[in-house]
Amino acid sequence: MTIASTTQLICILVLSATLVLGSLGVVLLPNIVYSAFLLGGVFLSVAGLYLLLNASFVAAAQVLVYVGAVNVLILFAIMLVNKKEDLSAIPGLAVRKLLSGLVCGGLFALLVRVAFTTPWALPGPLPVGEEATIRIGEHLFSDYLLPFELASVLLLMAMIGAIVLARRDVFSSDVITGEPVDQNLIEKARTPLLLEKSTLETTP
Amino acid sequence: MTLALLPGLGETIPLQAYLALAAVLFCTGVWGLINSRNAVRVLMSIELMLNAVNLNLMAFSNYLDGQLIRGQVFAIFVITVAAAEAAVGLAILLSLYRNRETVDMERFNLLRW
Repeated sequence: MTIASTTQLICILVLSATLVLGSLGVVLLPNIVYSAFLLGGVFLSVAGLYLLLNASFVAAAQVLVYVGAVNVLILFAIMLVNKKEDLSAIPGLAVRKLLSGLVCGGLFALLVRVAFTTPWALPGPLPVGEEATIRIGEHLFSDYLLPFELASVLLLMAMIGAIVLARRDVFSSDVITGEPVDQNLIEKARTPLLLEKSTLETTP
Repeated sequence: MTLALLPGLGETIPLQAYLALAAVLFCTGVWGLINSRNAVRVLMSIELMLNAVNLNLMAFSNYLDGQLIRGQVFAIFVITVAAAEAAVGLAILLSLYRNRETVDMERFNLLRW
């Protein structure tokens, strides 16, 4: 065993331990802020696994997009909706957790069995290694050009859609008189539309 | 050595190790998706599942398609779509929270019947 393969082995063991424990923490921890930070750790360890798989560009993209954007967005959402609320008890919650755990365990057993019984065409062609970024660029501008352009359209749509969905219909000045509006009054005066009471009244 | 217990792990890391790791991540994500009461945690579980799929794509790209790394290109597209999904999902969540004053998944049942 060479030093390089030993290092690789240690790296993958540490990364997989972080990945599994972090993902379990994301799902199981009661405090959602801890979950969000652990999610960042999971994303980082996935990026480390990408580095082990000779994909430096995708690892960098993973760190930039997931840790830098998605995780920060999730933290923002937690800060915006973080209200202490007592969750009402649901009958049969333990049974549901147990059943879904069984289903997920069965799914896991199936996936692992498929992974270990399929005769993969190994060893495949040699990995390109450091040339991966060049190859990705060639792919993106030749045979994957249409998905690339569609992805830009999709990002534009998502950006506009997120703005439209999340903004408040508040004007900085009154429409009729043109005087500036006290924002705090609007905050206090806004009424939630779809609370339980109103839904009960409207349902026949 | 203890490594003799795991044949094939000594020389290089087998493809199956990455597949099993991705399976663990995916099943954790599915469990969290079903059982979370908090809507933000549901979105986080979806991100976990997307990462598991990406890990599979990258493993196949490295081991079976080393010259034309199509799996990496696919992973980039998946990352793009996941970013868009996270932005729109969190915007929907904010709008929902503003209207219903809760993030409890069990009370988002307006369209159920």
